Amino acid sequence: MQQSDFDILVVGGGGAGLRASIAAAEKSPHLNIGLVSKVYPMRSHTVAAEGGAAAVTLEKDSFQAHIEDTVMGSDWLAEQGVVDYFVRHAYQELVQMEHWGCPWSRKEDGTIQVRRFGGMKVERTWFAADKTGFHMLHTLYQTSLKYSQIQRLDEFFVLDLLVVDAAVAGVIAIEVATGELHLLRAKSVILATGGAGRLFRFNTNGGIVTGDGMALAYRKGVALRDMEFVQYHPTGLPGSGILITEASRGEGGIMVNKDGYRYLQDYGLGPETPLGKPENKYMELGPRDKLSQAFWQEQQAGRTGKYGDSDVVYLDLRHLGEKYLQERLPFISELAKAFVNIDPAKEPIPVRPAVHYTMGGIMTDAKSETSIKGLYAAGECASVGLHGANRLGSNSLTELLVFGRLAGEQAAENADNKDFAALPTLQEQAKLVQKQLATLNDRTSGESWVEIKKELLKTMEEGCGIYRTQAGMEETLQTIRELRKRYQSVHIQDKSKVYNTEFFMCLEVGFGLDIAEATCLGALERKESRGAHQRLDEGCTSRNDQDFLQHSLVYYQGKEAARLEWQAVDTSILPPAERAYGDAAKSGEAAKGAK
Amino acid sequence: MELEVTIQRYLPEQSSEPFNQSYTVPYDTSTSVLDALTYIKEELDPTLSYRWSCRMAICGSCGIMLNGKPMLGCNVFLRDYVQTGMLIEPMAHFPVERDLIIDMESFLTHLEAVKPYLISKDSKESVQSFDPHNQTPRQLDKYQQFSSCINCGLCYSACPQFGLNPEFIGPAALTLAHRYNLDNRDAGQAERMPMINSEEGAWSCTFVGYCSEVCPKSVDPAAAVNQSKVTSATDLIFSLLGGRS
Repeated sequence: MQQSDFDILVVGGGGAGLRASIAAAEKSPHLNIGLVSKVYPMRSHTVAAEGGAAAVTLEKDSFQAHIEDTVMGSDWLAEQGVVDYFVRHAYQELVQMEHWGCPWSRKEDGTIQVRRFGGMKVERTWFAADKTGFHMLHTLYQTSLKYSQIQRLDEFFVLDLLVVDAAVAGVIAIEVATGELHLLRAKSVILATGGAGRLFRFNTNGGIVTGDGMALAYRKGVALRDMEFVQYHPTGLPGSGILITEASRGEGGIMVNKDGYRYLQDYGLGPETPLGKPENKYMELGPRDKLSQAFWQEQQAGRTGKYGDSDVVYLDLRHLGEKYLQERLPFISELAKAFVNIDPAKEPIPVRPAVHYTMGGIMTDAKSETSIKGLYAAGECASVGLHGANRLGSNSLTELLVFGRLAGEQAAENADNKDFAALPTLQEQAKLVQKQLATLNDRTSGESWVEIKKELLKTMEEGCGIYRTQAGMEETLQTIRELRKRYQSVHIQDKSKVYNTEFFMCLEVGFGLDIAEATCLGALERKESRGAHQRLDEGCTSRNDQDFLQHSLVYYQGKEAARLEWQAVDTSILPPAERAYGDAAKSGEAAKGAK
Repeated sequence: MELEVTIQRYLPEQSSEPFNQSYTVPYDTSTSVLDALTYIKEELDPTLSYRWSCRMAICGSCGIMLNGKPMLGCNVFLRDYVQTGMLIEPMAHFPVERDLIIDMESFLTHLEAVKPYLISKDSKESVQSFDPHNQTPRQLDKYQQFSSCINCGLCYSACPQFGLNPEFIGPAALTLAHRYNLDNRDAGQAERMPMINSEEGAWSCTFVGYCSEVCPKSVDPAAAVNQSKVTSATDLIFSLLGGRS
């Protein structure tokens, strides 16, 4: 086993991990920083974000407005102090990206261009055509090369966190290329490992989005918070689930059912806005949860079309014209042509909801620290409390900058005031991990991880989809718990050391099983409907602030069933009120869901 | 429908020689090569190794040679190879680690060598400076195409020069250098020119242009390299005249 020391280890090389690394390097230039990722940083899933990053920019906008939108979008489950911090630091982070070379789209006069986005009452979304995540990730990666103190450990897969006396002490990782085990000792560790969208069969996420970091922290006793809130993006391509950005609607795209009818007006988002004149918080610019739920209602009513095996609705962009599509939405035009053979300038794109984002995650305080001293989490893997029950589009790219930076600075401060843990204790922990791996590797028969994964994805879709029922969730939770048992005797055929990708995929399934249990338990216990968590059972179909204006916290219990607690929500800025869009918001009359 | 897919395997712990293995894969009109690889891994042979992630041609992980041509596995479809059949090999010109996984280190080293980041005009400009630079759409247009490289490395597999000389910094790295040189916010051209002017820089390119043909994002590295040669020539003339060091 190899051993090395880093003042700070950052696990995950996406937007949050890179931003954290740079922040730490800037804050304390003498610290050495290890950036560990199971892939090369530019492969991280930040790369696939399309639409943009939000920050209060225009004269007519205000911090208060962005706070209101985010809190209402969250169905009042966001931590409002955190939202306040976020909103106030958003703009400077986007400017910082600009100073690092990010090719933000511009107005004729050379100033920053902003676009409309769902659930936002003012245009405040910065974008780089429809490849915003791609440009941000590459800008951050390229900028990180300036800092010689950031040492990359590309294609290192983290197996476990090292914890001594409730403080983090490093990680155990395997070098993917060689199969060699590494004990990486550190004073601070930042988890920036992304979401867990791959728990669901139909998703917009890359294959690497398997929730590894969430499971690592969870297994060490950190709570997973609000995991029941899983965002379905309303516009994924049928078959693959590939993302068609919300910016398509921000730019004026409309959603129609199989009869060509703009059905969103029937779901508390109307009245219909004129073609080519999108209006903030109306119709297609409602929040993602509402739009995905409207799809489900249309599907039940038999008003969806068909594309292959998928029920679909249609995203019509034809009126935007080819030239405008090329300027503002070139990537999704390319994707639609390649993957469904549709030219959006000529035909509407068939779309359906697909799992997109994990609102919940590793519980942190407002400064990104977890309940383990020196362990931080930032970006999609974290639950700092920004998104509550539903994330607004374009808040997450900004989140990974604001909280990546904060986590990096905090980690640097912690590392500056701390010594390494003694090696012998860590080596003992590492030996335990080594033994577990040997058990897995030496097993000569048993069930394949593939079967377990398939059953997991299927049951998650059945029990934890857009609409949920008590019976469905109970069955799914039962299935997950059985799968966890079966996983105890999982078998890997490939016994080699070099790039044993089967081995890592098997470990990812193991991570996924643990997180799935937390997700389903949170969903089952939340006996109300809020944001992305919608139930059909009697008594649970509307929001219930009396009992559930609370975060769910799920704690790992080893082989036993996970345990759930509730935590109060910070509503110090905006007291809970009715969540309404379209004209319903104006009249104060609530959107009551489906007709 | 089913199609036979042949893959060049390489398992260094078992044999020092690569070998070909064929699999029969079901497909429909939407099945990509990446889908086929996933099917093989999950249903037929879990030892097959390859890199992948996004499935939408933006993460740059899944480069392969398909019937001898560099491609991304995720955006090429079995339906188009029914007549010709399919031979999938690891990306050319890179050392192979295992199966379809190549060693990316030389590629990354070349990228890093060109200082691919904004070098500020005002060295004192601090992080706290609050205003964005001005950049008109026309100024953005000058470099935007060259900023779309996804680092997949296909252009290196297409580049005969890189095949002959792995020290050649190659199309993607030269393109990235050019991207920053063309950015009106950047003042780092003088720092990048020595690398571009060097023996392993732009002049090594023999302008075959195959890099641009295989680029999955239409970045046109050949154009960037060619423009770099013009910049380089100007730079060299200036330095001969003592106008710039």
